Amino acid sequence: MENKVIEIKNLDYSYPDGTRALSDVSLDIMEGDSIGIIGPNGAGKSTLLLHLNGILRGNSHIRIFGLAVDDKNLPRIRSKIGLVFQDPDSQLFMPTVFEDVAFGPINMDMSKDEVQKSVQEALKKVDMSAAVNRVSHHLSFGEKKRISIATVLSMNPGILVLDEPSSNLDPRHRRQLINMLKDFKMTKLIATHDLDLVLELCSKVALFDAGRIVAQGKALAIMKDKALLEAHSLELPPSLAKP
Amino acid sequence: MKHAYLDQYSSIPSIINRLDSRLKIAGLIIFILAVILTPQDSWIIFLLYAALMAILIYLSKIPPIFILKRSLRILPFVLMTALFIPLMKDNGIIIFRNIIIKAYLSILCVTLLISSTKFYFLLKALEGFKIPKSIIMILSFMYRYIFVVHDGLLKMKQARDSRLCGSSRWLHLKTNAFIVANLFIKTYERAEEVYLAMCARGFNGTIKTLQDCRSVENGK
Repeated sequence: MENKVIEIKNLDYSYPDGTRALSDVSLDIMEGDSIGIIGPNGAGKSTLLLHLNGILRGNSHIRIFGLAVDDKNLPRIRSKIGLVFQDPDSQLFMPTVFEDVAFGPINMDMSKDEVQKSVQEALKKVDMSAAVNRVSHHLSFGEKKRISIATVLSMNPGILVLDEPSSNLDPRHRRQLINMLKDFKMTKLIATHDLDLVLELCSKVALFDAGRIVAQGKALAIMKDKALLEAHSLELPPSLAKP
Repeated sequence: MKHAYLDQYSSIPSIINRLDSRLKIAGLIIFILAVILTPQDSWIIFLLYAALMAILIYLSKIPPIFILKRSLRILPFVLMTALFIPLMKDNGIIIFRNIIIKAYLSILCVTLLISSTKFYFLLKALEGFKIPKSIIMILSFMYRYIFVVHDGLLKMKQARDSRLCGSSRWLHLKTNAFIVANLFIKTYERAEEVYLAMCARGFNGTIKTLQDCRSVENGK
């Protein structure tokens, strides 16, 4: 039987100013799944992602690998969930690539050798081994995106959570990113507007609008549903829209 | 993204650049102490200091004009603080000129240190001198984000210039004020997001570096 790695039941969340961001969101994610979180701007996609590692806490029941998201479990949950922010300038905050990729492992109390090994492995996975001693602000945008992913891969997460991974990337770097993500076998959650990317990478999709899940199911079935997508400010992915 | 890097000359091959940055910082401290402790109006010693600086700058292969320009930028701050000394004391003029000379010699040395050392190595050296980690972290964030903030400023200025077509100066002034305010908000939001990104990677308020990991490995 498949293992449930993320279990969200009736999640409600309002921002401190009272704006309702998520209402009654329930979502189960199985081990090895690749889920696309899609929806228009402001639908609550990023807000949901911040709940997964306890940065935001709604009044709900969330379990990650069977662990409730509370103060006691937070360190373990954060080492299991690799959350990559949309803007690589926020994700990369240390002076050099090595220190950035090592930040997570050091906080996980790995030994010096383990830290070095995990940094090397993570950089190898994103094909950026040569950049280990470079300074973050000298990197190109595409390189920053890759290193951003390496910063969480080094923590060896069970679940990779990506917020708009392909935004602002040129077609070549977007293609490289998609191919790279295809090779990662862990559970993946990808919040994005890039529906073609979802088609390539995700087997399932949850469609959000105004803080609610309006549809969830097999990726292809939802992506083909022109009426549903257009009702929620999206459109058919270009690869399916061709006559 | 086009900006002059703070340490653009730090990677040119020269004796000074290759020196261990801890040695350079120690040298800087000794030099500044010596300059401060030199008696007033010891012109020959001041000249020797200046000659020493000239030799060091020559050895560093950094264009002297670059060092000169950069060091002169700090001088107004010294002038501002020292300006009133001549009015308050009898031998104020002597104190004033000594302060200016001593300050400028020290500034030259600091400028040379910063220009000839990669910022990252400076931070490592400070770490070696047991400077508190939070201060090193603040410096490191400053260096990392000064470029991001500068980019944000450039973009806003370009957006302003694209839409300003010869309106009054007063309006320019007002727009600049808005740009500064906007920059503050953006910086604040950036700080929030960076903090979240740190928390997401297990940051719990204690700054740890690779050096802290060794003890775990040895099982101490």
